[in-house]
Amino acid sequence: MQISPHVNLLNDLRSVLGDRARDGDFELGLYGKDGSVLQGQASIVCLPVDTAEVRQIVEICRHHDRPFLARGSGTGLAGGAVPVGDPVIIATAKMNQIIEVDLENRIAWVEPGVLNLDLTKELTPRGFHFAPDPSSQQVCSIGGNVANNSGGPHCLAYGVTSAHVAAIEVVLPDGSVTVLGDLSAEPPGYDLRGLFVGSEGTMGVATKVAVRLTPNPPAIRTLLLDFPDVRDGAATVSAIIAAGLIPAALEMMDKRAIEIVEAFVNAGYPTEADAVLLVELDGLPGGVEHGVEVVRSVAERHQVGNIRVAADNEERELLWKGRKNAFGAVARIKPDYYLHDTVVPRGKLVEVLDKVYKIADAYDLIAVNVFHAGDGNLHPILAYDSDEKGVLERVHAAGRAIITASIEAGGVLSGEHGIGLEKRDYMGMLFTAHDMATQDMVREAFDPQGFANPLKVLPSGSRCSDSFGQHVPDGAWV
Amino acid sequence: MSSLDAVPEEVHKFSAEVGTRDPVTVVGGRTQWNVGGAPDGSAREVVAPSGIWSHEPEEMTVRCGAGTPLTELSEQLAQHGQMVPFDMPPNATVGGVLSVGRSGLRRLRYGHIRDLVLQIRHIDSNGEIVTSGGPTVKNVSGYDLCRLMVGSLGKLGCLAEVTLRCLPMPETTRWLTGAADPFEVYARLYRPSSILWNGEQVWVCLEGVSSDVEAEAALLDLTEVEGPPLLPSGGRSSVEPKALKDLSADDGNWIAEIGVGIIHSDKPSTAQQISKTNESLMREIERRLDPNGRLNPGRQVVSL
Ligand SMILES: Cc1cc2nc3c(=O)[nH]c(=O)nc-3n(C[C@H](O)[C@H](O)[C@H](O)COP(=O)(O)OP(=O)(O)OC[C@H]3O[C@@H](n4cnc5c(N)ncnc54)[C@H](O)[C@@H]3O)c2cc1C
Repeated sequence: MQISPHVNLLNDLRSVLGDRARDGDFELGLYGKDGSVLQGQASIVCLPVDTAEVRQIVEICRHHDRPFLARGSGTGLAGGAVPVGDPVIIATAKMNQIIEVDLENRIAWVEPGVLNLDLTKELTPRGFHFAPDPSSQQVCSIGGNVANNSGGPHCLAYGVTSAHVAAIEVVLPDGSVTVLGDLSAEPPGYDLRGLFVGSEGTMGVATKVAVRLTPNPPAIRTLLLDFPDVRDGAATVSAIIAAGLIPAALEMMDKRAIEIVEAFVNAGYPTEADAVLLVELDGLPGGVEHGVEVVRSVAERHQVGNIRVAADNEERELLWKGRKNAFGAVARIKPDYYLHDTVVPRGKLVEVLDKVYKIADAYDLIAVNVFHAGDGNLHPILAYDSDEKGVLERVHAAGRAIITASIEAGGVLSGEHGIGLEKRDYMGMLFTAHDMATQDMVREAFDPQGFANPLKVLPSGSRCSDSFGQHVPDGAWV
Repeated sequence: MSSLDAVPEEVHKFSAEVGTRDPVTVVGGRTQWNVGGAPDGSAREVVAPSGIWSHEPEEMTVRCGAGTPLTELSEQLAQHGQMVPFDMPPNATVGGVLSVGRSGLRRLRYGHIRDLVLQIRHIDSNGEIVTSGGPTVKNVSGYDLCRLMVGSLGKLGCLAEVTLRCLPMPETTRWLTGAADPFEVYARLYRPSSILWNGEQVWVCLEGVSSDVEAEAALLDLTEVEGPPLLPSGGRSSVEPKALKDLSADDGNWIAEIGVGIIHSDKPSTAQQISKTNESLMREIERRLDPNGRLNPGRQVVSL
C-alpha cells in the first residue's frame, strides 16, 4: 500500500518529536489562524523543546520539500503566522525558558516562546525590564516580538524591539544554526541581526534571543488629560513633541474608546470627554516634573478639560488597565473587530483621524480609536458583526481606504504589526518594484528557495523564487 | 506621498554619477577613510549630494543628502534645540558616519546610531535608486535594509539620502572626572550618557535637567571638566561590556566605554571573528547586491 506524503512526513517528524508532531483537528483549527481575520490551512503542527529539535524539523521539511512556519503565540495582526503554501508549523510554545540573566552585560538570553510580560516580571525585582511592551504583552512571545519588530506604548522613548536585541540564535532555512549579532558593542560584518528583526519568520526560526535590559526608572508620573474635542487632543500630541519633550508614552483614546473602556474596567475615565491622552513621564525626578509642567502648559493652550495625575502606583495601573484592555472591550459593542495599524506624521493626526471617521461612516462601520499617538501610530478599530451579510467586504474596503489616506498624508503601511499576508499586496503603495526586488534579493541570501514562511511580506510578483505557488490559496482572506 | 514621487533631483543626479559601470568609491569627509582598508586605486571617486532637504522640528525628523557634513546638520538642528548624537568629527558626513557604522561617545544613553535612521535612499550597483525604511518615526513596512546599510562601508550601495530621527538637546551637559570604580559608577547612576575609563581615572557625562544632573553628580566624588579626554586613536576594539573588567595597565594606553564595550587604544586592534555560516550569508548578500564588485572595491566589511 502506498503511504501518502503527509503520513510519510508526519512519521519522520514523530520519529524525532513523538506525540509533539500533531495533525489533530484541535491543533489544526487553532493554528490555521492568528490574531487577524485571515484564515489559512494548517496540516502538521510541531512543538519542539530545543534548538536541536527545530533544526531536525527544518531538515525533515527540506527532505520532504515542504516549507515551514515559525509561530509564537499567534497574536500577530497581519497574518504573519497564518499558514499558506502548506507549511509545517513550528510552534515555540514549549521553548519558554529564561536561560540566563546576565546583569553585568545587562542582557538576558531567552527562548523564543517566553512571553513578553513573563520576562519583565522576572526582571523587575532586579531593577530592570524589557522595554518593548506591546498591548498584547501578557500573551505574545519574544520570538514574535523579534520577528515583527514589535512596539508598544513605551517604545516612544525607548525604541522598538530592534534596539533591544543584541543577538539571535537562528535555525536557517538550510538547517544550519548560527548566531546573528553578539554581545559586543560592534559585532563584525554586516548587521544580519538588524535584518532578521522584523523579517516576520521569512529568514529562519529564532531559537534563542539575547535581549537588552533597561533599568527601571526611579520616578514615574502618569497623567490623564481630557479634551472636549478630539482635534485638540491630537494637536496637543504634536505640540508636546514640538516643545522638545519625548514622554515615555503618549497614548490617545477617542470618545467611543473611552465609553467602552470605562464600562469595562471602571478606571474613572471621563465619559463626557471627546478624547483623552494618557501621558507617562519617567526618569529622574527633575526631568519628570519638568515634563509634567510642559505637558500641562501645552495642554492648557489646547483647551484641555481635566488633568488627572495618578496619585500612586495603584491609580497608575488602573489608568493603564483601561488602555491595555481597550481592544477586548470592543466586544461590548460588536462581536468582531479589525484592528488597523498605520503611521502618519504627528502633525497629520487630526487630518487623518477625520478621514478615518468619514471612511467608517461611508462603509457603515463603527470606528474606535485607541493608539500610540506620540509616534503617530494610528490603530483604528473597525467593529462589526461577522454574521452580517457582506460585512467583511466593507471592512476590507474601509481598511484599504484608511491605508491609502495614511500614505497620502506621508505615512507608512505599518508601524508595528508588520506586513505579513494582510498588507503584502499593498507594499507597492510605498515601494517601487525595484525597491521590493532589492528587498527580495536580500531575503534570498537567507532562503533562496522560499522555505521559511512562504508568501509573506512581499507581493508574489517581486519574488524571484516562489517554489510554493504564486497564489494565496482559496479561503485565505487577503 | 509614496517613495515613487518624492525622490529629489540631486539623488537622480547622483545616480547618474554612480552610473552603471566601473568601480566607484564614495568620498565623504575622509575622517574614517581607512576603516576596512583603502579602496582600490582604480575606483572612480564620487561624492554624495549635500544639503538639508527638510527639517520638521515638530516631527523631530530631518532629511538630508548623505554628503551633508555633520556641522551643517548640527547647526540646523541646534536652532530648534534638537540634535542627532553622532559625536563624530564635524567635517564627517552623515552618509560616511552611517556607512562606517561606529557610534559616538554617548552611545550608552542614546543607543547605536543605526537606531536613529528612519529611511535611506541608496544607489545600487546598477546605478538605480533604492528606497528602504520610511519617513515616519515608527515603521515596520518591509525588510529593514536601513539596518543593513549602516556599517556596510558602501559595499552594498552608495548612500544618497538619509532621514533621521532627532532628539531634544539636553538642558544641561556636564563632564566629571576623578578616581573611581567605573563599574560602581555605572551601577549607581540612572542612564548616564557616557562613562569612560583608562584603568585609573573615570570620566562621566551626565545630561538632563540641571537638578537631576546635580543630584546624580552628588552621588559621585568627582570634579568637573570641560569635556571628554582625547581618545587614543591607534585601534578600536569591541567586546562584551563585562569583559572591560579584565583590562589592565599591561594593555597599553587605552580608554574604554563602560557599559558599551568599546576600547580605544593606541595599539592596532585585531579583527573580530565571523563564523563561517555568517560569512557565507554576508558574501551572499554582497554577491546579490553587487555581483561585479564595483562598489568600494578593496574595502572589506567581512575581513579576509
Ligand atoms: C490585543 C492585541 C494588542 C496588540 N498590541 C500590540 C502592540 O501594542 N504593539 C505591537 O507591536 N503589536 C501588538 N499586537 C500584535 C502582536 O501581539 C505582536 O506582533 C507580537 O509580537 C506577536 O507575537 P506572537 O508571539 O503572537 O507571534 P505570532 O503571531 O505567533 O507570529 C508573528 C510573526 O512572527 C513569526 N515568528 C514567531 N516566532 C518566531 C520565531 N521564533 N522565529 C521566527 N519567526 C517567528 C511568525 O512566523 C509570524 O510571522 C497586538 C495584538 C493583539 C491581539
